Amino acid sequence: MMRTLPLPGFALLTALFGFGIRWNSHHDPHEVPSPLIDKPAPAFVLPRLDHPGQSLDKTSMLGRPYLVNVFASWCIACGEEHPVLMTAGRKLGIPLIGYNYKDDPSEAKAWLARHGNPYDQVITDRSGRTAIDFGVYGAPESFLVDAGGVIRYKHIGPFTAELIATELAPAIAALRREAP
Amino acid sequence: MMPELGQFSLILALLLAAVQGVVPIVGAWRGSPSLMAVARPAAAGQAVFVAAAFFILTYGFLTFDFSITYVADNSNLALPWYYRVAAVWGAHEGSLLLWILILNLWTVALAIFSRQLPPAFAARVLGVLGLVAVGFLAFIVFTSNPFARLLPMPGNGADLNPVLQDPGMTLHPPVLYMGYVGFSVAFAFSIAALLGGELEQAWVRWARPWTNAAWGFLTGGIVAGSWWAYAELGWGGWWFWDPVENASFMPWLIGVALIHAQAITEKRGSFRAWTILLSIFAFSLSLLGTFLVRSGVLTSVHAFASDPRRGVFILIFLGIVVGGSLLLYAVRSPKMIGQGKPFAVVSRETAILVANLMFASAAGMVLLGTLFPLLSDALQLGKVSVGAPYFGFLFPLLMLPVVLLLPFGPHLHWGRGDKGALARVAGRAAIGAVSCALVMWVLVDGQLKAIAGVAAAVWIGTGTVLFALKRCRAVPRGSHYPAEMAGMLLAHLGVGVFLIGVLLSEPLGITRDVRMAPGETQTIGSYTFRFDGVHGVDGPNWHAEQGAVTILEGSDVVTVMHPQKRVYARGQVQTESAINAGWRGDLYVALGEPMPGGDVAGAWTLRLYQKPFIRWIWFGGLFMMLGGFVAAADRRLRHPRTVAAVVTTPAVGESLA
Repeated sequence: MMRTLPLPGFALLTALFGFGIRWNSHHDPHEVPSPLIDKPAPAFVLPRLDHPGQSLDKTSMLGRPYLVNVFASWCIACGEEHPVLMTAGRKLGIPLIGYNYKDDPSEAKAWLARHGNPYDQVITDRSGRTAIDFGVYGAPESFLVDAGGVIRYKHIGPFTAELIATELAPAIAALRREAP
Repeated sequence: MMPELGQFSLILALLLAAVQGVVPIVGAWRGSPSLMAVARPAAAGQAVFVAAAFFILTYGFLTFDFSITYVADNSNLALPWYYRVAAVWGAHEGSLLLWILILNLWTVALAIFSRQLPPAFAARVLGVLGLVAVGFLAFIVFTSNPFARLLPMPGNGADLNPVLQDPGMTLHPPVLYMGYVGFSVAFAFSIAALLGGELEQAWVRWARPWTNAAWGFLTGGIVAGSWWAYAELGWGGWWFWDPVENASFMPWLIGVALIHAQAITEKRGSFRAWTILLSIFAFSLSLLGTFLVRSGVLTSVHAFASDPRRGVFILIFLGIVVGGSLLLYAVRSPKMIGQGKPFAVVSRETAILVANLMFASAAGMVLLGTLFPLLSDALQLGKVSVGAPYFGFLFPLLMLPVVLLLPFGPHLHWGRGDKGALARVAGRAAIGAVSCALVMWVLVDGQLKAIAGVAAAVWIGTGTVLFALKRCRAVPRGSHYPAEMAGMLLAHLGVGVFLIGVLLSEPLGITRDVRMAPGETQTIGSYTFRFDGVHGVDGPNWHAEQGAVTILEGSDVVTVMHPQKRVYARGQVQTESAINAGWRGDLYVALGEPMPGGDVAGAWTLRLYQKPFIRWIWFGGLFMMLGGFVAAADRRLRHPRTVAAVVTTPAVGESLA
């Protein structure tokens, strides 16, 4: 009996690994289910990139849906995402808020000057403290916030034109249908 | 042309491995010397073709052959030649090629040094290694071809992961793989013994030097990896219980259990089945480690490649190798049961058994913790992962009995220990440990962890040194310390040294995150850190902001440290900490971010550490590694046919009594 015991133990382990491979081929392993979906977006007050003296806060944004896009000049994937935002981002019909994450303001400005600025507003979070409230996993990352200030959709990683067409645009359309 | 030759070599190696895996085992079964004789030439042929493939890939890197996808993905024109060589094993396909190359090194070494083994046994061992090679070569040829072409050929390649562009990291994978793959030899010995039944009772003794050497390499590989994490990741940590670290640590833990179990089985004939099971486990965990890193089942900062198709292949391979071996074990091991010599409760057997139990449990604990995220997905518990708190609590708990028993191990006799002698050792070690703990109490002001560290190290050190002294007095000159015993003593001392490093560096360490403008100073302990600003420097394929930090003790300049923040060709940022190493501790400076604005220009955030005795962690590890190598070099184990001489070596206590 004792001698056959390791065998079923190993069978269990194999089953677990088989499951793991199946699971990972259907799920993005980096996808952390955000506990913030359908919860109010954290209250934020962050300085604007162009006018550091002024700041943007959550309450001033209430009343209309908007997309928060986390980016940084040091982030390579943001560079890949950028042209997509430049073309598709402006056609979304909602304000696009650039969330400059753990970045040097002067480098961020230079980066936007070089690659173009798709954002309606850019806010800066040097320390990354507010990003913790948002549960930011890394840049780029995007949050769709509705008129009531509730996060309705989140995407980790760069947007592609396809993702915008299949995920983001329908989510925005759904918000419009809800609106009175 | 060259890459195609490389691929062709791999296919030929696969065919030869299949021959090496099947023909000699059939020959051993049928008793045919001519079939058994196929093993060595087939192994040599396989090694030649694998080496050819490896050199062709290296040549591709050295000559910037970006028409090879793998070369284009992992190097570029600016990468210095030594990192281009290291890039050969910098990603998935090449690291598998390194794996199979090292398996061939071990196989060839075994083919050369196994001439004194009974031919049928040697044929089985080489055959089993051939079968393992078939699995890995098939994996490379069918799912991970390192020679795949990239057309049209790009003008320049991407880059080697900058994390890997460090001397520690170029050494780490080959040494680690020497250990991982080295356990395949112990595994092959066990399977051959199971296949051959009870005919070959001496197999454990033949397997011992191989196991010790493999374990020594694995220890060295883990030490190099830990050192790299410390120097390169910029947080001053040396072990993170990351899945990939755990993957190398589990075979290490089972390896510790195995080398001790082999000692019992060889000298006393007991626990044969357990020793076989441990050999299977050690190699299975090495395979599992490869599986975890390469399959994408667990994702971690270290996992550099993952692909589900490859995962399925490794899983099937793992199922065949481990499942097959365990089945063979279930069917055949009843035949292996021989009555070992009896032993009393107070005996070396008992001590080793307790340690074995603890190490095996620790490996199980690490396995459970590593797989827990997967388990929680499977059982729908949501995203859960267990981290350092789980390991950090359970591991010391499981190792406590080991540390307490360690000083007695060498003093205990096989069969029945001398309680009086043990009490004397315990008394002296306890006096040493308690008095040093009291001194520490005064020095460090109630830091319990540090005090426990010193007490534990003195406890182990005293026990080990007392034994060394006893040998010196009781045994005639020239045979004080056979290599096997010297290795054991070195490794045990290493545990004490390691404990000092672990238990002192953390509670007594000082960490400070500061913002410093040029000219500003920070005082940590007796040292003053003066920040002298940052300027740009250029390397072959990176640009760095390099800080200068002058360390002063009183008004004397101790050293000037140069931490860097590098940006590599593709924009990846990598911190290079500056470390001023010393016996009594390290000073460690990592460059954070520039802080614009404020009243002074040129200010940066800096992380300053003082890490007392941290170096002792790796020195402890190196002692253990050395212990493994010295024990492996024992002449007694190299003469397989002089069986009788072994058992009659008088135990120390007998000559004392």
